[in-house]
Amino acid sequence: MQGHSHYVPTSGIGKWMDSRLPVPRLVYDSFIAYPVPKNLNYFYTFGAILSFMLVSQIVTGVVLAMHYTAHVDLAFNSIEKMMRDVNYGWMLRYLHANGASMFFVAVYVHMFRGLYYGSYKAPREVLWILGVIIYLLMMATAFLGYVLPWGQMSLWGAVVITNLFSAIPLVGPTVVEFLWGGYSVDNPTLNRFFSLHYLLPFMIAGVVVLHVWALHVTGQNNPTGVEVKDIKKDTVPFTPYATIKDAVGLVFFLILFMWFAFFQPTYLGHAVNFVPADPLVTPPHIVPEWYFLPFYAILRAITFDINLIIFTIPSKLGGVLAMFAAIAVLAFLPWLDTSKVKSTAYRPMHKQFFWAFVAVCLILGWLGSKPAEYPYTVLSLIFTGLYFAYFLVVLPLLGLFETPRKLPASIADSVLGKVRSGGAPVTAGAAAAPQTKG
Amino acid sequence: MMKRFSLRMATAGLAGLVIASIGPAQAAEQVAPPRFNWASSGIFGTFDRAQLQRGFQVYKEACAACHSINLMSFRNLAQPGGPEFPTAQAAAIAADWMHKVREIGDDGQPTERTPRLADRIPGPFANKKAAEAAHGGKAPPDLSLMPRARSYERGFPWFLTDIFTLYQEHGADYVKAFLTGYEEGKETPPGTHYNKYYPGNFVAMPNVLQDGMVTYSDGSPQTAKQYAADVTAFLMWTAEPHMEQRKRIGFQVLLFLLVLGGLTYFTKKKVWKNVEGHA
Repeated sequence: MQGHSHYVPTSGIGKWMDSRLPVPRLVYDSFIAYPVPKNLNYFYTFGAILSFMLVSQIVTGVVLAMHYTAHVDLAFNSIEKMMRDVNYGWMLRYLHANGASMFFVAVYVHMFRGLYYGSYKAPREVLWILGVIIYLLMMATAFLGYVLPWGQMSLWGAVVITNLFSAIPLVGPTVVEFLWGGYSVDNPTLNRFFSLHYLLPFMIAGVVVLHVWALHVTGQNNPTGVEVKDIKKDTVPFTPYATIKDAVGLVFFLILFMWFAFFQPTYLGHAVNFVPADPLVTPPHIVPEWYFLPFYAILRAITFDINLIIFTIPSKLGGVLAMFAAIAVLAFLPWLDTSKVKSTAYRPMHKQFFWAFVAVCLILGWLGSKPAEYPYTVLSLIFTGLYFAYFLVVLPLLGLFETPRKLPASIADSVLGKVRSGGAPVTAGAAAAPQTKG
Repeated sequence: MMKRFSLRMATAGLAGLVIASIGPAQAAEQVAPPRFNWASSGIFGTFDRAQLQRGFQVYKEACAACHSINLMSFRNLAQPGGPEFPTAQAAAIAADWMHKVREIGDDGQPTERTPRLADRIPGPFANKKAAEAAHGGKAPPDLSLMPRARSYERGFPWFLTDIFTLYQEHGADYVKAFLTGYEEGKETPPGTHYNKYYPGNFVAMPNVLQDGMVTYSDGSPQTAKQYAADVTAFLMWTAEPHMEQRKRIGFQVLLFLLVLGGLTYFTKKKVWKNVEGHA
């Protein structure tokens, strides 16, 4: 897709630079001339939105770090001081805290979009796996960040999550002490969490560069899932077409973001985190942020020891394994899905399973917010089973049994077919409802 | 197996999943408080200055003997967006404050001095230990963030509609309901009082607000209900002193983005006009 470069430096400085370090050529080829399928819909603007959110989080975070004190006795009040006495400190903090949530809103849309249009299939497996790595790093960063205000939920969230590692056989307790920097979650823990919270976003930025690089090698997938055949007919140049469309998506996403940051700044958090951390008082409900809830439900679904005859997996280790497996399974998606057809628009059966899977994730999220007691534990177990069944049973088998709809011959055909057919019977190209906009 | 496991965890001083999973079972049932009207709610909500001033008076006369508001300074009482006492009056409040600023003097000995405008509002106790000793082992909580630090379960679908209706005074509703939620004649464990809205109902704090106990100079009703509303409004402000600025800037931001969004959208339409299939 990248093909050969069409960049022609015009100025003297441009020519001089181009033969030494061709940065202008890289920018031109990647963000101006780069061919984009012309049928992308607004779900494809979330990559740009996510890039913006990463930059926004880093910028607000760097400034917040100038006013933050990573010490168990001072952290809570240093943030409250920021809210009160630092000029616009409240705004920075709300943008950063709500920005984390919005980052996850965007990444979930981005991931489900990839899932729907089969964007993980050959030749985009590496692109997809890099995305899974970014997602993992995001989760780690968000968790570390939530600990920093050192409220009750910060402390007890850290206690619960770090304790997960104690379930690892043999080395578990050592790993946990290493994470804590001692024998409980305390000042050394807060210090190292702050350090890592500052480090990880830059690692994310590094993997994002690889992610975008891989994208620009394979070219973008599109709502038909049919690869670009004729660059002239099937694509438009990134600038101005994709840039202006990304801008529209971004502005409307920002409206949602600002609605929360300015009018509901604490809606996505927990009231109990406005109580300073107290190691002697356990809050009645220890609940993670909303974006972790489905995994929290999976973690707590395994309430029984798993007897495998030769050895037994204790319930706690079982839960931890299930939770990590729920994320790890995403990396194997390119090989679990056996269908030759990429886009779900042409996969009538997968379309139903896809929306069922979305529902399963939402229900798991709801279960994650409930106390770990009957009937929620049983329901969690059932929906955990359904979650894994989608990846391990449905996707492998569907490719064998499903009869896909007829694919359009090319992207250009699908676009034209739609326009010309008008009210005519459904043509292959018109079958994809989500692609009509854009 | 499970039992041995949790025992080992407990003895190791850890509180992991095990506690997380038994925690909710201990969580007490909570009665949802009624919804009250707050001048500060909604997109354009601002605090009622007179109410904040009355609320400060209630805090001073009814609460400050036991509860601190550590995060507030006397100067805050005069800043825009709060009770907006004239600066001279805020300085006078500082000078007359019932608690002194505790310091280490030049001779290295603990000493006390009269608060100034720039000082944090001193609380009733020198430290947490002193507060605990005076209250049977449990210190009265600091009130600075109280309406934000308390809440109640909204449940489905209300937690979703709250996003659009902008209902975010859960904590304030709880605090006000709590202050007037005491009921007499119930069996309570020693040293506790029955409160309808407190999770678990038995609370160490007695029913403090009584009709007529604070004398208002602006003719507002001198009832416990009014005191509760006023002091809760005051605490909503201490919990977020820049709320008015936040809502004002937020409105400007939204307006800007809506205009920008419209312009960007029509620019996009124009750019894409000649692409096939995007007629």
